[in-house]
Amino acid sequence: MGICHSYTPDGRCISLLKILLTNVCLYDCHYCINRRSSNIQRARFSPEEVVQLTLDFYKRNYIEGLFLSSGIVRSADYTMEQVVHVAKTLREIHHFKGYIHLKTIPEASDELISQAGKYADRISINIELPKKESLQTLAPEKNIARTRLAMNQIKDKSSEGKSDRRLSFATGQSTQMIVGADQSNDGHFLKRAGDLYGNFKLRRVYYSAFSPIPDASAILPLQSPPLVREHRLYQADWLMRFYGFQVDEITTPENPNLDLAIDPKLSWALRNRHLFPIDINRSSYEELLRVPGLGIRNAKRITQARRSSALRLCDLQLMRVNLKKSLAFIITADHQPARLEIDSEKIRALHAPPAQQLELDLTSQIQIPKIEVIGGEF
Amino acid sequence: MHTVHFPSHFKQWRTIARSLLSQGLPPDEVLWQDPQQTSLFAQQTDEAPCDREAKAVPKAFLKLAQTISCHRSNEQWSLLYSLLWRLCHGDKQLLSKPHDPQVRRAQQMAKQIGRDLHKMHAFVRFKKVGEAEQREQFVAWFEPEHLIVRLSAPFFKNRFASMDWSILTPDECVHWSGSELHYSEGVDQSLAEKHDHLDELWRTYYRSIFNPARLKVRAMQSEMPQKYWKNLPEADLIEELITKSKERTQEMLNNPLSPVKPAPKNTYLERLKELEK
Ligand code: SF4
Repeated sequence: MGICHSYTPDGRCISLLKILLTNVCLYDCHYCINRRSSNIQRARFSPEEVVQLTLDFYKRNYIEGLFLSSGIVRSADYTMEQVVHVAKTLREIHHFKGYIHLKTIPEASDELISQAGKYADRISINIELPKKESLQTLAPEKNIARTRLAMNQIKDKSSEGKSDRRLSFATGQSTQMIVGADQSNDGHFLKRAGDLYGNFKLRRVYYSAFSPIPDASAILPLQSPPLVREHRLYQADWLMRFYGFQVDEITTPENPNLDLAIDPKLSWALRNRHLFPIDINRSSYEELLRVPGLGIRNAKRITQARRSSALRLCDLQLMRVNLKKSLAFIITADHQPARLEIDSEKIRALHAPPAQQLELDLTSQIQIPKIEVIGGEF
Repeated sequence: MHTVHFPSHFKQWRTIARSLLSQGLPPDEVLWQDPQQTSLFAQQTDEAPCDREAKAVPKAFLKLAQTISCHRSNEQWSLLYSLLWRLCHGDKQLLSKPHDPQVRRAQQMAKQIGRDLHKMHAFVRFKKVGEAEQREQFVAWFEPEHLIVRLSAPFFKNRFASMDWSILTPDECVHWSGSELHYSEGVDQSLAEKHDHLDELWRTYYRSIFNPARLKVRAMQSEMPQKYWKNLPEADLIEELITKSKERTQEMLNNPLSPVKPAPKNTYLERLKELEK
């Protein structure tokens, strides 16, 4: 959330002080270093220590606020009480105005969840894995049905909070799924995400590539994290939330996994060539959003700019449209892709990086936009 | 050709621009110049404030002009005058033409300012220097790319209202002690405090949340360019974290797998088991 005050060499943003009240845990989630079977050193903070650390870091402009979770000690309620106590102290004693995100335990009492929501801006429960069966083997104490139930309660409280200001409640909930720890395919992940966005109004679903931990479980041998897969899932998630795509358009029974080499929108467009090309000067905003290489901002700009004159390729170039990607899918006043006679395989090859590059730092390459100036032909 | 000096801020530009506009001088007859390099033969335009009715321009233009006035290049002044001229001479919809090269250039500049502002909000680091009358006192040093001290100050004022602070920069400094923002001339870095006893704790945190198995150095650098590193207490850890990451990951992968331990006796866990049935 908010500003990133630093970045670690893994490319991730540091925005919040993200800590556990304790890493002692009763549960045995096999992907987690803090599971009870793990042999790591155990430690715990007192709630007061966490409060002080948050305040001190915040005043130095290191962070936007606190993301607090905890291993489960004694019971869900006992643990939740401690977590809530930290947030309450920050808000009521120190009038802390920064951001607070609390991880909630589905089995905690209704009263404690209400309190967590009262002090936090965001609360979350991790759904962890998309399928019930994998959760049973990999996180035997967790349960999807109970998690969904708790998410539903949070959704209700959150909407009550919206209609009645006095019942202040966190403005959103989010969750996380671990990618690559079980056999679930991308379709499973995206369907679960669709379920959560649709039914419980989640703000965000985070996808976290399963990554080596210091003391791995016999039940879950380590693998190197599938970072590109994580990145593609985020792109697909984005398409569902902001571009009007349905889950079953992004993955299909024949293609249950996302194409790792190209982005999911391009991949969809190549499966649906019959819908293209579309005319930049006539198509609706919704149609523009579906063109590979066109983002929300540019789709808006196009609908604005074409009012004054019919757009040509050079206009799109000035707007920084990724023409390399969109050229085969669009018609402009001076361009008809049919003449280029490009087949889908060629387009895919043009955008797919060489195979070994996929293993490397691909995600960061994607984040740095490179706009190439192109002529009339490839 | 009329020559005018680069103004030093938005309001000054507005005064000059109004005067040029009322004299009917088109942009290509006006030369905006560094006061140090003004040509001897150029004709100096009267900069006296003009009390003629101000031209109505879209709010969006004023906002854009205010923003890019902070650009360090000084290229914005003539660009802004061209845009103003076109707005006042029939092209009212100018700003909704993102494909117009001048509009595009102005938007690019605004984006650069926006990014600079964002990075300043992110990377200013306050160092505690004392405490007086129950208010803690902090000082930060920062070198923004553009002249954005005043633009950035409200953010810090809102967020750090309950402490006293100064942000020192080579261009201008801003100070807050609870009632009003004050500005003073730019200073040299030697005046800034370099240490804070919390820095070490922050470094520990930084080290601990880095995941060596997901090295993505370029992603980090594109978001946190090296020019900002010198003020970040965590930055000198980066190199070591990167060099050791491979070894640390390999170590994790080589470690023997741990067997599963039985659940301890605990009523809560038993209840969970019940629920499962
Ligand atoms: S409950 Fe949380 S801390 Fe405990 S083992 Fe599971 S994931 Fe780890």
